[in-house]
Amino acid sequence: MKKSVVFVVFCLMLTMILSGCVKVPGSEEEMVIRYNVGTEPETLDVHLSTGIPEATIMLQNYEGLTRMDAAGNPQPALAKSWVISPDGTEYVFTLRESKYANGDPLTAHDFVWAWKRALDPELAADYAYMLYPIKGAQAYNEGTGSANDIAIEAVNDLTLKVTLEGPTPYFLSLVAFKTYYPVHRKTVEADSDGWHLKVDTIIGNGPFKLVKWAEGQMEFVPNKNYWDASAVKADRLIFSMVENASTELTMFENGEIHMTNTVPGQEIPRLKAAPNSELKIFPYLGTYYYIFNLEKKPFDDVRVRKALTLAIDRTSIVEKVTQGGQLPAFAFVPPGIAEPDGSDFRKNGGDYFKEDIAEAKQLLADAGYPDGEGFPAFEILYNTSEAHKMIGEAIQEMWKVNLGIKNVTLTNQEWGTYLTSRDEGDFTVSRAGWIGDYGDPNTFLDMWTTGNGNNNSRFSDAEYDRLVAECLVDSDMTARAKKLHQLEDILMEAMPVMPIYYYTQPAMVSHKLKGYSCIIIGGIDFKTAYIDE
Amino acid sequence: MALSPELFKPLGKIETQADIVRPSITYWQDAWRRLKKNPLAMASLIFITFLLLAAIIGPFLSPYSYSDQNFDRANLGPCWAHPLGTDGLGRDQLVRVMYGARISLAVGFVAATTTFIIGVIFGGIAGLAGGWIDNIMMRFVDIMYSVPFLLWVIMLAVLLRELSSQRGGASGSGVNLFSIFLALSLVYWLPMARIVRGQILSLKEQEFILAARTIGASPNKILLQHLIPNAMGPIIVTATISIPEAIFTEAFLSFIGLGVSAPMASWGMLASDALTALKSYPHLLLFPGIAICITLLAFNFLGDGLRDALDPRMRK
Amino acid sequence: MLEYLFRRLLSAVFAIWVVITVTFIIMHAIPGGPFQRDKVIPEAIRKNIEARYKLDQPLLVQYRDYLGNLVRGDLGPSFRYRGQTVNGIIEARFPVSMQLGLTAFAIAIILGVSAGILAALYQGRFLDYLTMSFSTVGVAVPSFILGTLLMYFLSSKFKLLPSAQWGTPLHVIMPAIALAGLPTAFIARLTRSSMIDVLSQDYMKTAVAKGLPRWRVVWLHAVKNAIIPVITYAGPLLAGIITGTFVVENIFAVPGLGKHFVISIYNRDYTVILGLTAFYSVFLIGLNVAVDIAYTLIDPRIKLTARKE
Repeated sequence: MKKSVVFVVFCLMLTMILSGCVKVPGSEEEMVIRYNVGTEPETLDVHLSTGIPEATIMLQNYEGLTRMDAAGNPQPALAKSWVISPDGTEYVFTLRESKYANGDPLTAHDFVWAWKRALDPELAADYAYMLYPIKGAQAYNEGTGSANDIAIEAVNDLTLKVTLEGPTPYFLSLVAFKTYYPVHRKTVEADSDGWHLKVDTIIGNGPFKLVKWAEGQMEFVPNKNYWDASAVKADRLIFSMVENASTELTMFENGEIHMTNTVPGQEIPRLKAAPNSELKIFPYLGTYYYIFNLEKKPFDDVRVRKALTLAIDRTSIVEKVTQGGQLPAFAFVPPGIAEPDGSDFRKNGGDYFKEDIAEAKQLLADAGYPDGEGFPAFEILYNTSEAHKMIGEAIQEMWKVNLGIKNVTLTNQEWGTYLTSRDEGDFTVSRAGWIGDYGDPNTFLDMWTTGNGNNNSRFSDAEYDRLVAECLVDSDMTARAKKLHQLEDILMEAMPVMPIYYYTQPAMVSHKLKGYSCIIIGGIDFKTAYIDE
Repeated sequence: MALSPELFKPLGKIETQADIVRPSITYWQDAWRRLKKNPLAMASLIFITFLLLAAIIGPFLSPYSYSDQNFDRANLGPCWAHPLGTDGLGRDQLVRVMYGARISLAVGFVAATTTFIIGVIFGGIAGLAGGWIDNIMMRFVDIMYSVPFLLWVIMLAVLLRELSSQRGGASGSGVNLFSIFLALSLVYWLPMARIVRGQILSLKEQEFILAARTIGASPNKILLQHLIPNAMGPIIVTATISIPEAIFTEAFLSFIGLGVSAPMASWGMLASDALTALKSYPHLLLFPGIAICITLLAFNFLGDGLRDALDPRMRK
Repeated sequence: MLEYLFRRLLSAVFAIWVVITVTFIIMHAIPGGPFQRDKVIPEAIRKNIEARYKLDQPLLVQYRDYLGNLVRGDLGPSFRYRGQTVNGIIEARFPVSMQLGLTAFAIAIILGVSAGILAALYQGRFLDYLTMSFSTVGVAVPSFILGTLLMYFLSSKFKLLPSAQWGTPLHVIMPAIALAGLPTAFIARLTRSSMIDVLSQDYMKTAVAKGLPRWRVVWLHAVKNAIIPVITYAGPLLAGIITGTFVVENIFAVPGLGKHFVISIYNRDYTVILGLTAFYSVFLIGLNVAVDIAYTLIDPRIKLTARKE
């Protein structure tokens, strides 16, 4: 009796184990592109999402009026043409005939409804302010105006008219941004909280559609109803959500993925030196910095903030820790943005400070903490990643050695929670990175206005707010450029953030993967990607 | 046959059985003798002593501290200035491994001590009292057992961390370590309690306990002077075995990021840091890994050796 | 038998209740937890959340509600991942961890018992030392190091296996081995010492003297008796495997429950932590009851009504 019992149990276990055999999706003939997006998304609600991993995901199954190319220039997408009024405040978009992934027609009315939802004060979208250039948008979002006064109008099914507060030179880039995507009205209204959690209710209009989201992977197949479906070459996209950078590298070196999300800094020298290296370093318009929470003492004292900023060695960090060709940052807006006359904004703005340990020590002493004595213990928050941890450790040590501040600790949280903590002010010093949303200095500067959803530092300056509002409506581009520089002056004088370096985007890309677009403002576009064996 | 008087002379002292006896030695001396004969156990003992010395004195002898960074000397392999190499921030690995030894040994020591004190007292009382007291106490132990230890440790560690950070503003790395110690102590005494109780249950029926009771010894005295000393064997073994378990748990927690915080160097944390550079600089994983493995091995062998040495059945 | 079963179940339920209550208390003791936190978010959203999670109710009411839901099998919503429920998370992730755990369990028992038996049969000879050396490795090398080494050699260097994630039987191999390392070693030693004990018993000599072929003696008598301590170990074995998944799933990016448990600790997602702890304890307690019953089926010497030590 006992033997048969054992045998039966054994068979049962074997069945359970083997039932885990799932056929690997994609037969030999299918062209499958595999990419690691690097983390579980915080949310796939287009209007609530703020991160880059989510941007990449949504880039595949959504499309706005325009679509970004690699250089960051907006190209016609759902809008096949547009007319801009001479004073730059009125845009009339002519839409293509297009459908949602489920076959429902997509009209200008959908855009009107979606944009108004993004501005809904009850939704409290962090990025609502991206729509503020539109007349009446800010008032509605802040509760002082009504939705009917927002100047978006569907003249007919295929014509969308938008009136702006002022000539916004980058408006065409804005409409490519995810907050401007046309979500599917019926599904979203049916389940405003949960529609973005199930594959069946995520209905987009982009080159791909999401068909599976389980077991740490997302699968996309080409969207047959996409207006440009013929340009899509891949048969399937599989996105993994592996956070561990070294596991990701192993997966790449094994041929399990075609492109990584990042590369561990310590491995870069070896990978760079390898023959036929697959390491690529893409340009990236962004700044890596630490945020100070101005509501926590003693970080409300500008001298403390300046002291901490002046006392670190950025060159060592980019050369020895990140090793990805990044540049040390002595201002907030990175190089790569053109002024109206063609010159570079950063070049014209120059550096705002110099690393100077003696001066830092003096500032700290002035603030009441000579040699770091009495400085309260605090935590540096970062989202789980070996790279952020290493940078944190380096800076922790620099503050200890250079300023005598001894009890700094590091604490990490998973991506979604980390964003929530920052939003809620539940931190003292936090690591942060800002990638520009479009190619204008405003994207780096307008988030520091009082009460802005992305202003986690709680910095507030009336003059700053005034200047940002003026830039929004200014028609004189040269004057506006000057005001942008003034904004950066104020920001760097108050130093609510500590710039560390300007980003680059290192990634491992298989030589076989072609036709993809690595967008300078973040996100990888696989619309025309294919595998060339 | 002629019987002569010589035949009847007294023989003189005859060697009796009683004289053919080995010199009397105590239980402990015998155990030690047996332990000495066990090469693995002795090697482990020597290693542990060496480790203890390295952990206590080592960091003082090194010109580097565990957090000194030096970017010019990052990611070096083993060399004269840095026998175990350096990590990505230029920190000397040798001193960090020795520092990690401190943490691991401290955790082991705390675990062993609290296991000993709490476990013995708890199990002793349960075993001696018997009846409903025993019932309730063992019920409690059973219930604690029904959740994997690590879950308790994690929850307690999180709780302690939060409590302390609420009080002091930020949780210093010292507090983190303290939380781990406390969490471990609150959980690791359970196996000891069971073992001690079992031992006491079987011991208390023996005559010498009856004798002690008869002359009016208090339960306290019986427990402390008679029962526990006689159960010392399994107690010591269990305490010794709890050490590698505690070390493993600490390394485990540090590895997943719930242990000590940077820049403190626990072995688990060194191992997890080493992963991002594994293919380029394998030495970063090699040394902490070896340290963990050999230490765990040593304590396990020592525990095995002690078990064999202290087992009265194997007494020769 | 039935009476025993009933009493056993009752004490199991009691144990589960205690675990849940203790966990509930610990979670609430954490200051600033989501149950008491002041959030800086717009009024409308805050009211929404409080109403949804009934955070404004007194503690005892929340406790009663939680227990009520628990009995109905509802473990509540995840606090960090809005819109997801603990039940949903378990449904999605548990099968993965289950497969991994069972595979490791099977490896540990099959390999461990066989190794132990072999070592005992050839005690003192080469096979004994060989198997015991392997088992020593299992004890000394923690699962996270074993896992890393496996990934490095089998996947990176020799490209034999996929490095991470889930989906095919190949993906199961490395994580399962890493998980099974310590239990296998432990079971091997346990079996070995138990077998040695049994082999030296008088009834073994009797059986051989009776003229039974040796292998039959071993199989019928020795193994059956030697396995008893291994079965007793089944409970702690499972507990060890559960905790092992925390780290193994992390390294190999396996989308299982263990990895999520660790994440929810970072996230301070208390409902998930509570729910998973309750889930794990039910599982473990259930297994212990099953083991007790199986125990009595195998060893006729153990009477059901006798109080187990």
